[in-house]
Amino acid sequence: MSENIHGFVYQKDADGIVTITMDMDGPVNAMNEQYRQAMAVIPQKLESEEGLTGVVFASAKSTFFAGGDLKELCTVPKGGEGHQFRVIEENIKAPLRRLEKLEVPVVAAINGAALGGGFELCLACNRRIAFNGPKAVVGFPEVTLGLLPGAGGIVRSIHMLGLQKALPFLMEGKRLKPSQAQEIGYVDQLVDSIEDLIPAAKQWIKENPVAWAQPWDVKGHKIPGGDKWSPAITNLLAVAPAATFQKTRGLLPAPERILAVCGDTVSVDFDTALRIESRGLAYLVTTPQAKNIITSSFFQLNSINSGISRPADIERTHVTKLGILGAGMMGQGIAYAAAKAGIQVVLVDTSIEAAEKGKAYSAKVLDRQIQRGRMSEQDKEVVLARISATTEYAALQGCDLIVEAVFEDITLKNQVTRDVEQFLAKDGVLATNTSTLPITLLSDASESPENFIGIHFFSPVDKMPLIEIICGEKTSDRTLARAFDFARQIGKTPIVVNDSLGFFTSRVFGTFMDEGARLLVEGLNPVLIDALAKQVGMPVGPLAVQDEVSQELTRKVAETHEKMGVLNSLGDNSCNAAVSVRLISEFGRGGRHHGGGYYEYAADGSKKIWPRLYELYFNPEVEMPREDIKDRILFRQVVESLKCLQEGVLRTVADGNVGSLMGIGAPAWTGGFLQVANTYEYAGEVGPKALLIRCEELAARYGERFSAPEILREKARSGASFE
Amino acid sequence: MAPNTAYVFDAIRTPRGKGKKDGSLHEVKSVALGSGLLRELQQRLDLDTAYVDDVVMGCVSPVGEQGGDIAKTIVQYAEWDESVAGVQLDRFCASGLEAVNLAAMKIASGWEELVVAGGVESMSRVPMGAAGGAWLNDPEINIATGAVPQGIGADTIATLEGWSREDVDAFALSSQQRAAHAQQNGYFDRSVVPVKDLNGMTILDRDEFIKPNSTMEVLGKLRPSFEAMGALGFDDLMLRKYPDIPSINHVHTPGNSSGIVDGAAAVLIGSEKAGKDLGLTPRGRIVATAVLATDPTIMLVGPGPAAKKVLAKAGMTTADIDLFEINEAFASVALRFMQDLDISHDVTNVNGGAIAMGHPLGATGAMLVSTILDELERRDLKRALVALCVGGGQGIATIIERV
Repeated sequence: MSENIHGFVYQKDADGIVTITMDMDGPVNAMNEQYRQAMAVIPQKLESEEGLTGVVFASAKSTFFAGGDLKELCTVPKGGEGHQFRVIEENIKAPLRRLEKLEVPVVAAINGAALGGGFELCLACNRRIAFNGPKAVVGFPEVTLGLLPGAGGIVRSIHMLGLQKALPFLMEGKRLKPSQAQEIGYVDQLVDSIEDLIPAAKQWIKENPVAWAQPWDVKGHKIPGGDKWSPAITNLLAVAPAATFQKTRGLLPAPERILAVCGDTVSVDFDTALRIESRGLAYLVTTPQAKNIITSSFFQLNSINSGISRPADIERTHVTKLGILGAGMMGQGIAYAAAKAGIQVVLVDTSIEAAEKGKAYSAKVLDRQIQRGRMSEQDKEVVLARISATTEYAALQGCDLIVEAVFEDITLKNQVTRDVEQFLAKDGVLATNTSTLPITLLSDASESPENFIGIHFFSPVDKMPLIEIICGEKTSDRTLARAFDFARQIGKTPIVVNDSLGFFTSRVFGTFMDEGARLLVEGLNPVLIDALAKQVGMPVGPLAVQDEVSQELTRKVAETHEKMGVLNSLGDNSCNAAVSVRLISEFGRGGRHHGGGYYEYAADGSKKIWPRLYELYFNPEVEMPREDIKDRILFRQVVESLKCLQEGVLRTVADGNVGSLMGIGAPAWTGGFLQVANTYEYAGEVGPKALLIRCEELAARYGERFSAPEILREKARSGASFE
Repeated sequence: MAPNTAYVFDAIRTPRGKGKKDGSLHEVKSVALGSGLLRELQQRLDLDTAYVDDVVMGCVSPVGEQGGDIAKTIVQYAEWDESVAGVQLDRFCASGLEAVNLAAMKIASGWEELVVAGGVESMSRVPMGAAGGAWLNDPEINIATGAVPQGIGADTIATLEGWSREDVDAFALSSQQRAAHAQQNGYFDRSVVPVKDLNGMTILDRDEFIKPNSTMEVLGKLRPSFEAMGALGFDDLMLRKYPDIPSINHVHTPGNSSGIVDGAAAVLIGSEKAGKDLGLTPRGRIVATAVLATDPTIMLVGPGPAAKKVLAKAGMTTADIDLFEINEAFASVALRFMQDLDISHDVTNVNGGAIAMGHPLGATGAMLVSTILDELERRDLKRALVALCVGGGQGIATIIERV
């Protein structure tokens, strides 16, 4: 006899044990309205259940419980904090607290992933028994979404494990396998077969009929490892904020708030700490940072990975044989990524030494994996056997896809296209890995331009998660679908953009370096420029990154564009090009790997600004508000991204956000260079209107390049946002 | 001008003992350090203690044996008249001078006639930081205020001003040499009161922290004190405020920072009437006092602005001051102070400072009053200015004049 209470299937057995099998309406169990309805009833029902001896929480889904309902959380408006606080307190926390005060043992039978709110439910049980399966994970990913575990996750973790042990899991959002969770003390018991899970839970209840009190409800309970009066805890709390700042640069409120709640948890009693934790989550839910991160890093990323930018009506394909032309840095990285994903790779270069060297890169990466215990020698041999290094184009016979990664030279690329096309399998795709040359132009050399596409990889290929797919004018939907499927096959996130000079990522990235050069030429301290870029959230400053890209490359690209007659046709990056040319021609400074650029590099890996740079450009008289410097660096990129959307280079907002986050280094707090417009706060306004005001201010002060594109004005007028 | 003149009738201190287990004063309780000085004042001046309104004592770690209003306990343990009140205050490293300034204000206001001001800190018995504080130890407050340990501030000052390790070490060496010379020639003898045991046996009668044999070579070998701490993220927090510098040059070491020591100080401050009633001869007067705050992150640049503020209040310029005392919390603090005021090292810390002798946190400010008053008398000069850097970016300064 069972009863379904808002998706919670309630069943009592002959021994008086009630099993609650969560089988909610959606694909997963989640802390949403249905959950709150169920939990409004269940504790009371259990309290009045006659002959109750124990409770087991189980799941009918393949996962145990997915966590909070992000869609719901994402829509809480500013000013909704009070309501949110009461929901957390009354509808989430109070039932859990009642559950753990029930005078029978309660066991969580964890069959699969129990994350966030799902794991918080587990912590409110007296015992956690988990199936030691390959897909089972537990943890608190809230911090990675700009939130905090607000259903008791922080407070119970600290009371269970102690602050020192719990802190990394709360602050980093690391997911734990059941065995790791058991080692730490989050999980009490593992079972090796899923069938054993509920029997094990019931057996424990029968063997421990009075084990119903939570440790923190037992008189004399002390937090393991000490509370705020312990010197070790005091020291930890004094240093943790600085260590957090080092990672977030003060731009992300979630880790800071988690740390604050941790400090409070070791300072006050359990129930008071729970209340403070609720206040923390209610606060974070309405921050622009949380909205930005959830929108782009969760919803938009998922939608991209599941194929919103892929033509829908074409059947999924996969590459079995991949050809790569050019075994340089990009070619060898692509070869490794593909071979690891199980694809046969033909790696071609002009000399067998070069081709073999390219293959050796994979061996090197695999050796590192072996050293870290992530792979075996056997795995390595299997992967390496998939790569054949050769100089013969004929070896490309039958490739589903050939990626050309030769030098950025139109003549060379065209020659290669003509040479290899014949070896493609029927309907095979020829892709060019370029970051600067127009795809449509390159496709002219092809016999079948509809099968020609741009696939822009990022370096180092095995670490960078993004791929930028560029459609030429003649590229067919089928070709796009194949390129997209290939990207997914090797585990990358593909954004799809239209052909335009620099596509999306390189075009925006160019403005970043150009604005750095402009600030330099205007007389600002180069150290300050790079430091303030980092303060606004860029991973490295524009001058440091220019050195990595190399002034040489910047000069070459400008030269090529000039020859093509398209130099500065889209936005004015002339300042950066001119500075690069000057540094190379007058001082031989072509970049980090050309003997130094803006910086000089010591053998120990340290660097400092090349002293002559101060003589050339620095003017101590120049004063500029730091907020302006930071915003110039940020807004150049935001404005360029908006132009890309307006011009149709970007096909979707999601591509712009995810592409800027993963490919350009857009600060996490922005949620990407388009999303930032939706939540931007300035001059008492929020959203596109606020961004527009600031754009116009910067344009008036520093030049037309900051002037807002029409698409932003339109959103500001209509009050719509970039969706 | 203040309605009443605050006269300094005497200023004494204990010697400074090394602030560790093997320091001579480790066996002496903080209360006993303070009480010994009150007894000495009473005996030296044949003081009717019933005349004293209040005893104001600075103490920066007022917990454990230094907790519970240690000033009142000191009064009782010294067996002063039971009518005498006592109060402990905390303005971090300026507590001793704050006590002097507050006592001066009590007198200047006319509301009290005779007050003992001073401070006490046994850093060997109650370690620095024992009192905690939300500023550093509570993450929420810490994050909101961007707390950075002060040693990193000292290193940042040196980096901003371009002072090298050699520059700060050279200053430290001169502090050692000056202190050693002053001690050898008895310049501290008038003020330093030996600490004795219950049998009357002397436990310590002179500053024991001074290292007269210091050399640049020895100083140069010491490891930077704040480099590791900076790497934990505090350097990044500092650079957020000072993005013009690429990194912080960690030049401060135990050799060019103030020493951790035990000690106490007491200054008797009173009105003209108190002097007449008790037959006391003033040695000097408090001309003016000032306190303010500057950037709390770099934390240690307050003394210069505080000195300028007190000079303005007194209607004076640096030219009116004969000698300066700046607490040598760190070498860069003293260097910056001299630069801010454009004054010479020749008239600053002429008998060395806390780098050589140590900095018993709550007492140092009051100790500097005795040191400088002795030196004004020895040189037969008129006026001195005392300043200290203070936690949270504060600065404090006092002008003292012989009468």
